[in-house]
Amino acid sequence: MTTGSVPARRRRSAVVGALVGVMAMILSGCAGAGALGLPEGARVVTIAIVSNPQMQDAIALSPRFEAENPDIRLRFVSLSENEARAKITASVATGGSEFDAVMISNYETPQWAENGWLVDLDPLMAATPGYDQDDFTPSIRSALSGSDGHQYSVPFYGESSFLMYRKDLFAEAGLTMPEQPTWEEVAGFANQLTDRDQNRSGICLRGLPGWGEVMAPLDTVINAYGGRWYDEQWNAQLTSPEVREAVQFYVDLIREDGIPGSAQAGFSECGTQFTQGNAAMWYDATVAAGLVENPDESEVVGQVGYAPAPVTAANDRPSGWLYSWALAIPQTTAEKGPEQVDATWKFLSWMTDKPYQQLVGEEMGWTSVPPGARQSTYEIPEYIEASAAYAPQTQQAISEADQENPTLQPVPYTGVQFLAIPEFQDLGTRVSQQLSAAIAGQQTVDEALEQAQNYAVTVGESYQDQEGVNQ
Amino acid sequence: MSTSEKSGSTAVADPATKPAKPERPAVGPGSRRDGWIRRGPLLPALIFTIIVTQLPFLFTIYYSTQSWNLVNPGSQRFVGFENYVTVFTDSQFRGVALNSIVLTLGSVFIAMVLGLAVALLLNRTFPGRGVVRTLLITPFLITPVAGALIWQTVMFDPTYGLVNFVLGPFGAGTTDWISSFPRTAIVVALVWQWTPFMMLLILAGLGSQPQEVLEAARVDGATGFAVFREVTLPHLRRFIELGIVLGAIYLVNTFDTIYMMTQGGPGTASANLPFYIYQRAFLGFDIGQSAAMGVVTVIATIIVATLALRLIFRSFSAAEEV
Amino acid sequence: MTAVAERTRDESSEVVPRKKSNIGGSLLTVLAWIVGIGFFFPVFWMVLTAFKQERAAYTDPPTLFFTPTLDQFAAVFGGGITPYLLNSLFATVMSTVLVLLLGTPAAFALSLRQVKRTQDVLFFFISTKMLPIVAAIVPIYVVVNFIGALDNVWTLVVLYTAMNLPIAVWMMRSFFLEVPKELLEAASMDGASLWRSLREVVLPIISPGMAATGLICMIFAWNEFFFAVNLTAAQAATVPVYLVGFITSEGLYFASLCAAATVAALPVVIIGWIAQNKLVQGLSFGAVK
Repeated sequence: MTTGSVPARRRRSAVVGALVGVMAMILSGCAGAGALGLPEGARVVTIAIVSNPQMQDAIALSPRFEAENPDIRLRFVSLSENEARAKITASVATGGSEFDAVMISNYETPQWAENGWLVDLDPLMAATPGYDQDDFTPSIRSALSGSDGHQYSVPFYGESSFLMYRKDLFAEAGLTMPEQPTWEEVAGFANQLTDRDQNRSGICLRGLPGWGEVMAPLDTVINAYGGRWYDEQWNAQLTSPEVREAVQFYVDLIREDGIPGSAQAGFSECGTQFTQGNAAMWYDATVAAGLVENPDESEVVGQVGYAPAPVTAANDRPSGWLYSWALAIPQTTAEKGPEQVDATWKFLSWMTDKPYQQLVGEEMGWTSVPPGARQSTYEIPEYIEASAAYAPQTQQAISEADQENPTLQPVPYTGVQFLAIPEFQDLGTRVSQQLSAAIAGQQTVDEALEQAQNYAVTVGESYQDQEGVNQ
Repeated sequence: MSTSEKSGSTAVADPATKPAKPERPAVGPGSRRDGWIRRGPLLPALIFTIIVTQLPFLFTIYYSTQSWNLVNPGSQRFVGFENYVTVFTDSQFRGVALNSIVLTLGSVFIAMVLGLAVALLLNRTFPGRGVVRTLLITPFLITPVAGALIWQTVMFDPTYGLVNFVLGPFGAGTTDWISSFPRTAIVVALVWQWTPFMMLLILAGLGSQPQEVLEAARVDGATGFAVFREVTLPHLRRFIELGIVLGAIYLVNTFDTIYMMTQGGPGTASANLPFYIYQRAFLGFDIGQSAAMGVVTVIATIIVATLALRLIFRSFSAAEEV
Repeated sequence: MTAVAERTRDESSEVVPRKKSNIGGSLLTVLAWIVGIGFFFPVFWMVLTAFKQERAAYTDPPTLFFTPTLDQFAAVFGGGITPYLLNSLFATVMSTVLVLLLGTPAAFALSLRQVKRTQDVLFFFISTKMLPIVAAIVPIYVVVNFIGALDNVWTLVVLYTAMNLPIAVWMMRSFFLEVPKELLEAASMDGASLWRSLREVVLPIISPGMAATGLICMIFAWNEFFFAVNLTAAQAATVPVYLVGFITSEGLYFASLCAAATVAALPVVIIGWIAQNKLVQGLSFGAVK
């Protein structure tokens, strides 16, 4: 026993040493390694953003901002879209103060502004010299404003949707893409271009559950077929003939000519398949063009043509969606004091101002410039040159998208590929799960829509109740 | 219950120290002070566990009586049992509950059978045994998030995945495992992760087999299989039970694998209760309903757990008699 | 599946006498190696892919031979995985220390002659493991937010401690039960000699068990995802959270993802490999010495 006690004692002193070290960490009030290495007196700004490439570029370039503003240190929380949305919404809605700035879209902005969760950005923009608010694309600017007309988030990029197609394959097969294709024509092309022996699918369409995934393109198809989620009295319309026809069309098209694994394919998976040459067409966001034309990632650079979002014979209104990732400041930041808001705004304005676009163009290449948010982007000569294949189509699609009047028949909601009501995140997700299961072949379209209709009815009833009370 | 027998047996093993009289001496075993010495060390852990793990559930019960959509401020109001009615009439919830059972039992059972087979394979000296064991335990050590990502991307990807490449000659082609067979895909990943755990346990059990008994059985002329059935399997029984209970405890709460691989889809085909409740809370922001689901799940778990714990207690009482 | 297992058992127990054919033995050795490599293969493939360029990771058929590159690892470390690693390390080590500090006395108390309702307490501890954490996440979030502890690594330390404490108490108790009864009983005679005999007699006996318990707690804490993803943001996020953020929603990412996953998994894999025997000892709750 006594012989063993010496090393035991030594071991004990090592343990004590470790504990002392830990106590030092406790006393220093260290909240996490992310806080290490801060200069004295620096103000930390924490930004939650979605991990899309344009945002990754912004993170990569952010040391320049820090160099210009040595008293501000940036911390990014970069998450995939679904996760970012869950986290940001939970944080802002419960008054969690982890984030000084959050990336949200034109879905959240008007609602959250209404709830009083966001800081009014108009005064901050007005006080920033050279920050040209009127330069924002008008359709996007209005989509990011509250009912008071004030802007509550600033767009980082804007997007609509269009149809990308392989010019080489079309030429090979002797096909021509019309200037304004219809979905029927697209289905015909897809059918002809599918070649399973060569591992090539006719078209890539999203099937991944999520209101921001499969529901986005599918909603534009529903709109194109003249369908709608609700009539003006909030009666759910998901089992109407128009919606049935549209969804059946979409599901059939995917099952016959879509890529393998379509039910799990979102933007990312479709992008991989299309850029690796495994699909002849791809209907998706206009920002996809930056990926398709990037020689580092894509095998099909220069072979892709861009056509407007397909319509139908019955309804030739522009059918592209409207979406913008934008930056907003939650009210909880204002509660930390005006200095925190100023520091946060300093970064937000840096990231959304004109010089940033120059910076990205020069450092990351002109195809990487975040598109759609500012009209002046389309006046930069280098950008026009680099993006000649798709920039005009992008700009046209964004300016034509009308989120106030998205459908052929009147509706009580706004939003093209979403419904701007708080219940939609949940409703859209649940409906998308049903439809994704139909795409996977686990149930029929009718079964999926029956279930979806049930969900929609419940939400519709709550609005009917409210309106009943109001009248 | 066998549990009280167990502690009884511990005390009986050392009858000399057990005071026969109920009266409390001033010092020594049985005194009031002695009681505190015995109980005192337990309290910090007990209080800590109660505060951290139990208090939140009280809030959950409270929330379950509220109608409250997080993104709809001012919507919070008392609705009594309405949320529970919705939960019980929600066909998705029933499907998901069934999924939970299938995924848990399926993974535990398959992992146990495989773990047993692999352990038997390793329970002999052969060149490189240590290396093989090292290779085998790796899946258990890998961060589940990373493991799920491997399966989802480089293994199961329909076009670039290894699984379709290997099965290509058998006509798998571009089968999309994750959306065509979502539950199977998840079970594969979970079994891959938990078989090593089961194997380690069984291997430990095999190692602790009394050699004399085995020898005696063989001398008696028993065949290999008879020895296995009559001697080894009964000996392994408590290790198997322990593995099943521990495996079930962790697997019933599986979240990361489903989150990373399928997001519960397609539809809710591969969602289990934890994932579904998470979705209701953090995608639907329907706090009241997700809380009600939580409460229902907790009650169901308590019922199942009580049954399972009987099993584990029996294993442990057996273990302590060694 | 069952049929295969049945056959394997049969063969192996036949071979235990090791007197029949050596061919059977060699076959079993080969089979064991195949199984071992089979289970390890996804990990091997992950590491291999981590050394590829993105383009090379997306080939059909998959490429086995290629020019290895460290680009992906450079990107992972350049992309700032270090703070996440430090947070994981801190949360893992601190929670394990706390688990042992709280769990050892509790296990000691529970291993003595019956503390009143020993079984109830044990039952309570283990039952907390079975409750779905997800049911409590919203209240936990609200409370943590209320006390201003969101995105604080100490929040994770506390929660990981609670998460691992039940299993640790169970394991430690089984190790205490192996300590000769006289020693424990002597220790409980009076306070002064209690601590002395605990320190000098009992602790050395159970320290291998403590190490085994600590190892298992560390594995679970390092790999924990649910709390980390819901309760941290920028400062306190751990490695599994980093992995989720690494999936960009656009572009090719298999190779960089594999590199990140390799870095994330490596510490625990290496510790586990080195301490294999401790792992077995802990997992079998001390039933194996």
